[in-house]
Amino acid sequence: MNAPTVSAPTRTEILSVEDLAVEFRTRSGIVRALERVSFRIRQGETLGIVGESGSGKSVTAFTVMGLLDRAGKVTTGQALFTTEAGKQVDLLTTPEKELRLLRGKELSMIFQNPRTALNPIRRVGKQIEDVLRCHSGLKGQALQERAIASLAQVRIPDPATRYAAYPYELSGGMCQRVMIALALACSPKLLIADEPTTGLDVTTQATVMNLIKDLAVQQNMAAVLITHDLALASEYCDRIIVMHAGHVVESASTHTLFTAPRHPYTARLIASTPEPHKTFADLLPIPGNLPDLRSATLPPCRFSGRCDRHTPECDQPPLPNTTVAPGHQVACWHPLE
Amino acid sequence: MAKTSKGTIIAQRLLSSLPTVIGVVIVTFLLTRALPGDPAAFFAGPAATPEAIAEIRQTLGLDRSLPEQFFIYLGELARGDLGNSLTTGQTVVYDLTTRLPASLELTLAGLAFAIALALPLGILAALRAGSWIDHGVRILATAGVSLPTFFTGLFLLYVLYFRLGIAPPPTGRLDILYSAPNQVTGFYLIDSLLEGDLELFWASLTQLVLPAITLGLFALAPLARVTRAAMLGVLSSDFIRTARASGLPPLQVLFGYAFRNALLPVVTTFGVVFSFLLGANILVEKVFAWPGIGSYAVGAVVASDYAPVQGFVLAMALLYVVLNLLIDMLYVVIDPRAGVET
Amino acid sequence: MNETLRHARYVMGENLVTFGAFIFFFAMVLFAIFGEAIAPYNPLASNSALALQPPSFAHWFGTDELGRDVLSRVIVATRLDLGIAVVAVALSFVLGSILGTCAAYFGGWCDRIISRLIDTLMAFPLFVLAMGLVAALGNTIENIIYATAIINLPLYTRVVRSEVLVQRQAGYVEAAHLVGNGHLRIMGNHIFPNVLPVTMVHISLNMGWAILNAAGLSFIGLGVRPPTAEWGIMVAEGATYIVSGEWWLALFPGTVLMLAVFCFNLLGDGLRDLIDPRMRT
Repeated sequence: MNAPTVSAPTRTEILSVEDLAVEFRTRSGIVRALERVSFRIRQGETLGIVGESGSGKSVTAFTVMGLLDRAGKVTTGQALFTTEAGKQVDLLTTPEKELRLLRGKELSMIFQNPRTALNPIRRVGKQIEDVLRCHSGLKGQALQERAIASLAQVRIPDPATRYAAYPYELSGGMCQRVMIALALACSPKLLIADEPTTGLDVTTQATVMNLIKDLAVQQNMAAVLITHDLALASEYCDRIIVMHAGHVVESASTHTLFTAPRHPYTARLIASTPEPHKTFADLLPIPGNLPDLRSATLPPCRFSGRCDRHTPECDQPPLPNTTVAPGHQVACWHPLE
Repeated sequence: MAKTSKGTIIAQRLLSSLPTVIGVVIVTFLLTRALPGDPAAFFAGPAATPEAIAEIRQTLGLDRSLPEQFFIYLGELARGDLGNSLTTGQTVVYDLTTRLPASLELTLAGLAFAIALALPLGILAALRAGSWIDHGVRILATAGVSLPTFFTGLFLLYVLYFRLGIAPPPTGRLDILYSAPNQVTGFYLIDSLLEGDLELFWASLTQLVLPAITLGLFALAPLARVTRAAMLGVLSSDFIRTARASGLPPLQVLFGYAFRNALLPVVTTFGVVFSFLLGANILVEKVFAWPGIGSYAVGAVVASDYAPVQGFVLAMALLYVVLNLLIDMLYVVIDPRAGVET
Repeated sequence: MNETLRHARYVMGENLVTFGAFIFFFAMVLFAIFGEAIAPYNPLASNSALALQPPSFAHWFGTDELGRDVLSRVIVATRLDLGIAVVAVALSFVLGSILGTCAAYFGGWCDRIISRLIDTLMAFPLFVLAMGLVAALGNTIENIIYATAIINLPLYTRVVRSEVLVQRQAGYVEAAHLVGNGHLRIMGNHIFPNVLPVTMVHISLNMGWAILNAAGLSFIGLGVRPPTAEWGIMVAEGATYIVSGEWWLALFPGTVLMLAVFCFNLLGDGLRDLIDPRMRT
């Protein structure tokens, strides 16, 4: 195993997403799933994307990966990715052929429900080999050794034996480790983890998250953690962006976000998160639901229908995106003080 | 994890087909005794004297109780005695075994044709779900299963042989100009190749094409439908997303990952497909004068020659049991999860 | 109810093919009921002067070797072909429902015996079994019906059994029990109505198959005998003439047979979309 080479982290920007908008064409109308989504992430940094289900977290990830299904269309924006070779490419306009060569090699993704995310009738070692073969050109013995090394790297006990296991023979936590091994086999520069602990036992959740964090630090890799779990994000992320109904409502460093949230939604979200000293009665539910994204008359601020600070001014486009402090943006007319 | 070894699973499957075989034997026995009126008279044939009938009644054991008769029947089966055919004058077992290869060759050729067409169509329909290709395949599949095989066969014959003169006449496995290859496998296609006789191979192939297509069209529908459904299910599954996110080449994702998984439900429908094929086989053989066991049975039915019909039913049922067993084993081989306690 | 109607209209409008099948279905029913009145000629009247005439204005589908009008014979045959299929499917539906409901409702030995019986029937290639049954029971139309009913029995028994198994767990069955309803009453009044929609789909798909089977049996000389008009036997009789160029003898009855089966299969598909869109494959 390679010794971790923590050279002084060169904080180059890995991914910069600007003004991304995505639409889905469905039978019941056009769903404006993402609008004005911007964020950046640097090498060695862990960025959290937090929001309720349906807020567009996963769509953002899939768009960046070029895995949107055919109904989805990128209408505006760019996603600049700095490749290994130091070139900047826009992931949104890169042809699928070239994008495919980046996926799994320079940008990887892991998913929720690891048991179904692996091919049920192929040995896990072979699945890792498939990825290595297509990106590294390794063959035969060397290929197998690399695959086993990848399994060892994610601390799977007895990797040489596990290499020949089928997913159904492994526990959920083991499967997620295999998924991580698969994603990191080619040492990508960016890892997107989409709800990586959903569907796992509570005890395994921490193990898996620590593993991701350790490996990210070790490989000086940028990581995006997508989760609905604020507590999880607060523990593992350097910066957090909060999404609501396809908009980024606030982005800040983790500490700032939790100590001084400026967007009413962020504040609500924090108030509704369970913590050890809170009783159930302390938890504040957020009133209302996500607005219907198919509606032609979506208000500029998509939180306005649920917001107690709502004024007529809020219905005037465009919604501001104010930098309230260095590295702290809020998309609100009336941010909290 | 408790997991039974593949050998044990296969042995279990073999054992579990035993009751089925017993059931089949009981049903065919009941069929031989279900003849209306006097079975002995039927077996003796229309021209038999009363003495001959009485003698047959005794040799058949029809004067004894039903359970006794059943054991006699079992004994005969064990000796490989299915009676004699009145029309050919041979034992039924001899007739069936000499004609079986022709039927098998036709059935397998039909299956091969159906698979060769159904799998790509099903995959295509799944990849373009909702498109005109998908609707086309759906209608084609429904039409395919609606075709009366005997009518399709006649229609193809009329157009391709009578009108266009492309296909050879429906004279069985070979044109009368050729003589059959030495029997090794009983499959003319293979035997002619073993002899190195390409002309003979071509001759038997051209004879086989039309009946095989007729037969295959009928089996096309269930295969195409299941392939489409299975592919649709697999393509939207999580592990395909993982494969795409890992940057695997599209062809590897489609065939190495998606298709292999989709194959599992397809294999399980082979049972139904064979039931279709073996039944339709009878009609196709009659239309194309194919000298298999189907046309043999039809000839026997028309001549009220019952022993061959019953022997045929038993043989087909046993063949079907064996085929189902093979399908089961194929499944065990290709699905690593087979035999896992869930 | 309004919702269902709207959905029905949606399925119909969405799928013109289903609509066409519906029209064809009504035409068939008309022919089956009023066949003799609609047919332009007597289907059995032979006239050697008119033997083997190709299709013309007087005889749209031509005439056969005995000078009988093929069109009239095809029309009149509708009743027999549909009749066989309807009776056979009805028989196997009723018997299969009873067996399936009993197997699922009582479980245990009852289930084991019924399932074993069904498995044994399924161990035969079904058309072969039908052929063996007709050959053994005797070469009559009734026996064609019985044979077709028997080979369809496994389908209904299985479908009903698995549906009832699901329904049996439902809360309302338990409730009906507690209120003091007897077994028969629960099965008949409570469970079965809930199982019916799914079986309806199968009935439609099954009708086409039953017609095919019956026609196939008469094609090989079982059941229906000349001079009775029936599609399968007409194709068989026409087959001898096809190689001498008289194609219309086999083509018209064969095409109508095919359309009839196609029609039922399409209706079954439409019905499936109507009742449960998720079942669509």
